[in-house]
Amino acid sequence: MRRLFNTFFNARLRAQMVKELLSILRDPRSRMVVFVPPLMQLLVFTFATTLEVRNAHIAVLDRDAGHWSHELVARVAAADFVSQVHTVHSRDELRELIDGRKVIAGLNMDANFSRDIAAGDTGTVQVIVDGRRSNAGQITVGYLNAIAAEVGSAARKEPQRASPIVVRHWFNPNLIYRWFVVPALSGILVFFSALMITSLSIARERELGTFDQLLVSPTSTLEIIVAKTAPALAIGAVLGLMMIAAAAFLFGVPFTGSFWLLLPSLLLFILSVVGIGLMISSVSATQQQAILGSFAIGVPAVLMSGFATPVENMPVVLQWMAQAIPLKHFLVTVEGTFLKAMPASDIIANTWPLAVIALITLTLATLLVRGRLQ
Amino acid sequence: MSAHATTVSGHRRDQGVAVVIDNVAKHFGEVKALRGFSADIRYGRLTGLVGPDGAGKTTLMRIMTGLLVPNGGRVSLAGFDVVADNDAIHIASGYMPQRFGLYEDLSVMENMRLYAQLRGMDADQHADIFASLLDFTRLGPFTTRLAGKLSGGMKQKLGLACALMAKPRVLLLDEPSVGVDPVSRQDLWRMVQALTDDGMAVVWSTAYLDEAERCESVLLLNEGKLEFDGAPQELTDRLKQRSFRLTGVSDERRAVLSQALELPTVGDGVIQGDAVRVVLREDAGREEIDALAGEVGAQLEPVQPRFEDAFIDLLGGGPGGTSALAERMHVVELDSDIAVSCQDLSKHFGDFIATDAVSFEVHKGEIFGLLGPNGAGKSTTFKMLCGLLKPTEGEAHVVGLDLRNATGAAKSQLGYMAQKFSLYGLLSVRQNLEFSAGVYGLEGAAKRQRIGEMIETFDLKQYLSTSPDSLPLGYKQRLALACALMHRPPVLFLDEPTSGVDPITRREFWTHINGLARKGVTVMVTTHFMDEAEYCDRVAMMYRARLIALDTPDALKRASRSDDNPDPTMEDAFIHLVESAELDDAADATAKAAA
Repeated sequence: MRRLFNTFFNARLRAQMVKELLSILRDPRSRMVVFVPPLMQLLVFTFATTLEVRNAHIAVLDRDAGHWSHELVARVAAADFVSQVHTVHSRDELRELIDGRKVIAGLNMDANFSRDIAAGDTGTVQVIVDGRRSNAGQITVGYLNAIAAEVGSAARKEPQRASPIVVRHWFNPNLIYRWFVVPALSGILVFFSALMITSLSIARERELGTFDQLLVSPTSTLEIIVAKTAPALAIGAVLGLMMIAAAAFLFGVPFTGSFWLLLPSLLLFILSVVGIGLMISSVSATQQQAILGSFAIGVPAVLMSGFATPVENMPVVLQWMAQAIPLKHFLVTVEGTFLKAMPASDIIANTWPLAVIALITLTLATLLVRGRLQ
Repeated sequence: MSAHATTVSGHRRDQGVAVVIDNVAKHFGEVKALRGFSADIRYGRLTGLVGPDGAGKTTLMRIMTGLLVPNGGRVSLAGFDVVADNDAIHIASGYMPQRFGLYEDLSVMENMRLYAQLRGMDADQHADIFASLLDFTRLGPFTTRLAGKLSGGMKQKLGLACALMAKPRVLLLDEPSVGVDPVSRQDLWRMVQALTDDGMAVVWSTAYLDEAERCESVLLLNEGKLEFDGAPQELTDRLKQRSFRLTGVSDERRAVLSQALELPTVGDGVIQGDAVRVVLREDAGREEIDALAGEVGAQLEPVQPRFEDAFIDLLGGGPGGTSALAERMHVVELDSDIAVSCQDLSKHFGDFIATDAVSFEVHKGEIFGLLGPNGAGKSTTFKMLCGLLKPTEGEAHVVGLDLRNATGAAKSQLGYMAQKFSLYGLLSVRQNLEFSAGVYGLEGAAKRQRIGEMIETFDLKQYLSTSPDSLPLGYKQRLALACALMHRPPVLFLDEPTSGVDPITRREFWTHINGLARKGVTVMVTTHFMDEAEYCDRVAMMYRARLIALDTPDALKRASRSDDNPDPTMEDAFIHLVESAELDDAADATAKAAA
């Protein structure tokens, strides 16, 4: 045991770890990579990003001006998601507002709208939606549909009756967008930080010429890799834990699972990313190449991780490839631990692939560094 | 020179003033690059802009081409003010920056066409200019080769061709000889000579002081000040009767140099092969040096002063001769007398042969130089020796060990100082020292003691918390040496240790190296400074991946002695060797063709 300790924590290794940590903390570029994105993301997700539609502007072309059209317009104007209703008097005017992105949707009621309803027929409202904002548009149509249905039932003088189908969303009953995004963000941020820190590390030394210096010293390739892994692991872990804490305490995302199961998963996740970063770094001659390389790997990895689109919806080949992305596995674990108290067996099932990826990438990185000596 | 020369001569203005520099000053923040001086540069002359790195040469160049605006004073070129008539300057001048903006993925011809078009010339109508430039630069056979695949010398020639495209009246060359082998350098000189003969004003900036002697007129800069303006001969004449050579001291030359430099009347000294060359201080008598010569049994003979002597003298002399570092080193004991050896060492990168069957042995306590132009294979050979590259064939041993498969303990037998010092700019000076100590396994009290010694020896105390990047060059070099020697290695590898370093810092550096060699440390050094080879016990000359000569500097010089050149320099020796190697190659080729 003591011998093992000596091999893995001797003076050479200690000196290198101190150097790595200082290099990251004293380098403005690395500091930016480590500290700026988390702060920015925190701000962005607190105040800006949301998939819900709010503050919508709606145009109304009311050629009926009867009882039911007034009723409908009043209900739309009173709805939470609407901030302003623009009354227009011609189709051209309506077109102009939509073309100019002044409104997201327009309601068009024919002259006989109220008459039809009074006659017991179905009143028809045309909804014109800005297709350029398809997602928000669809959500708006959904909201408007609900309002139209209310008006319809009022017109038929029926009591509000319960819908035969009631949808209940488990784990996130109110479908609060942040509950899903913020835990995932902890994974994405750790992914990019660890990738950047490590991909810059060898390339920076190569640029400075210090890498040759390191290679002629008595230190072994394994020690170099271990020394470069440790600070990235430490910084990544702190960052990940901070984001998880922010999710739980700042954003109020319920943390239902076990922290002690999440932690090893987080560490293995970082290790596997460190391996990828070191691989990129060992083949890059300059820091610029390393940054480009980590974006070339990082961006598709995030897109395929299941954060934005479900992995199951991708073509089979891409699904296989997604298995090699550490983020894909960690997202399952972190989302599950937050929202659905994921049991140990499921966490292990999503964690062992991380261990495999870490083992493979770190071994390859060691071989690549050694291979560079050829 | 053919058609192009006649067009250039249209601008002939015999010895008129081409550039007027009037009290020009430039500072970048706190750094004063030019401190206000005046000078004239004339047509029909080669003017050398000489000084160590950081002297302000490039700043002055860039002001003359209108790329920088001076903070004070005025500069006019060919009658145009560089600030007010900026557009006219670009037409009147041709500028070749240190790394000329060649497009590496374009061929020689495509580069030339591009520059012609940038100059607003219709490339198709100027076939005659292209032909004469290609003829002039001897690039004719290579028009389809990609610029990125040219050698350093050929790149410079192509850069020159592009700069000459618009027939400038003033040609400004910023360090054109950096990275160019001596043979190509000769070519560049020849071309520049032809241009000045036709009346062009050519400014050649250089950090190589020996190049100054070849200029008709010299502006010597140091730390932004003009130290000298005139013919180089004028400056060296001041040192008549002050330069001497001590011969017959071959085994003891390092000790003799060290003693000589400690004499108050000696301002500067270097080793020249088997001899020691000293320069006396102004108005100093030769009694002391005579006495020293008598004491060590050496002959003292006066020699021609060099421009470098004059430069060091202007700056108040070089550093002393004792190395505090070497005094702290223990005498090295090795089991074998052979410290470094290689047999048939070869390295191929695909089809390209970087090193071709190189063999030599280096003895304990020897300073062994690996010399050659850029791309000759010296760096590759060097890297194989210290285990950074795996040889394709052959073996390399350091202290009897193959470093490719060596353990950590074996690797601690060598110290390594890479080009450009390779320090961690993000760490402070103290953290750099601590890292070097740690990575060589020093711990606790031993580590603290060794670091303390280094700080004391190299006088680093005042800089401990600063970054190495902001250190003065001399201190940067000291720190790099301190880091490389922290673990007291018996063998020291130095890869181009003095490139980009001023002559005074170089002298201090060699004082340490000489001291170390006297303690039995084996020193392997690569350099492209031919005069630095003089410090070596033996020199291996590399050219086109092969070892073309291996001998003492004096023997190499002797071999190239001829009636025309009775006292050849190392550079002459090198050119001689390269030429005879090429003759051999040609003979081989004809023999093969005949067979």
